[in-house]
Amino acid sequence: MKFGVVVLEGPYTHEAADTAYQFTKAALEKGHEVFRVFFYHDGVNNGTRLTTPPQDDRNIVTRWSELGEEHGLDLVVCVAAAQRRGIVDADEAKRNGKDADNIAPSFRISGLGQLIEAGIQSDRLLVFGD
Amino acid sequence: MSEAIKKFMYVNRKAPYGTVYALESLEVVLIGAAFDQDVSMAFMDDGVFQLTKGQDTGDTGVKNFSPTYKALGDYDVNKLYVEKESLEERGLSLDDLMPLTYEDEDDDWNEKPSIKLVSRSELTDLMEEQDVLMNF
Amino acid sequence: MATLHTVNKSPFEKNSLERCLSTAKDGSTILFIEDGVYSAVKGTKVSSSIEAALGKHNVYALKPDVTTRGLSDNMIDGIELVDYDGFVDLAAECSKVQSWL
Repeated sequence: MKFGVVVLEGPYTHEAADTAYQFTKAALEKGHEVFRVFFYHDGVNNGTRLTTPPQDDRNIVTRWSELGEEHGLDLVVCVAAAQRRGIVDADEAKRNGKDADNIAPSFRISGLGQLIEAGIQSDRLLVFGD
Repeated sequence: MSEAIKKFMYVNRKAPYGTVYALESLEVVLIGAAFDQDVSMAFMDDGVFQLTKGQDTGDTGVKNFSPTYKALGDYDVNKLYVEKESLEERGLSLDDLMPLTYEDEDDDWNEKPSIKLVSRSELTDLMEEQDVLMNF
Repeated sequence: MATLHTVNKSPFEKNSLERCLSTAKDGSTILFIEDGVYSAVKGTKVSSSIEAALGKHNVYALKPDVTTRGLSDNMIDGIELVDYDGFVDLAAECSKVQSWL
């Protein structure tokens, strides 16, 4: 089975970011395919490598990056939502004249079409939000 | 499977302005229109407030995106299902909503209303027919 | 195949549970996640509607969210607990997923 996962809320603020991660991890470990995880609204904040949570708490961003690395998971941050909230990769930083980028490893920034494509290509699309 | 047209419904249950959800979900619908899928939108609960007339954001300084709904017809997004019970609960009727239209290419480009008032049970049946539900 | 409905809101704060119950067709599956698991607790103002729903739907609650909130001993009888693996199975078995946010 091919799943698409949509994350609409930021890490630590809303449990949706945790549930989406746990669901994605469980699906991959059961041998399912996850076509893409798409981050939208404040969900784009799951993709900043500058996150520094207290040591006794989970690192939500690193957790995604590691899952992405381990499974070749496609972690896509919506460019329009990301620009509003200050999540940029090197290309976007250059294009918009910013002095730094902050995208976390295994994440990439792309357009909303990637969300629609996930809806078309996946057997099931799951939305985690508020 | 990937070539088949899927039925996509965007389910709007939140009011505009208080949060960004309505604005950003409308952006998804506009981008999604380029993908030639069978697209519809549902407006229920506070989502019906997205379509009301007379929105004027001058005093708050936030972006007024209500005119964008009028462009949906040009993007072939012309099935906007508004739940009657949600309107009534909020003291609204069809007259309080923006007159959204599209030109019907199958009927000599006649201008037709995009908003379709449906009952709660009709909307339930419509949701059941969908392949993909996008809830924002 | 039936729809899987997920509810992630406390029924005391938002109308997500109410809308889920008024929309879900008989035979569909309902899964409470996140703050939605408060819907599954005994003796609340919504428990009678959950008990009625048990006759028409397959009702589940996400166990990690139940234990996290200390609700394990107060669940309405007949609600089945699943872990994240079970959530994946439910999503795979149903035809589509409706998230009542």
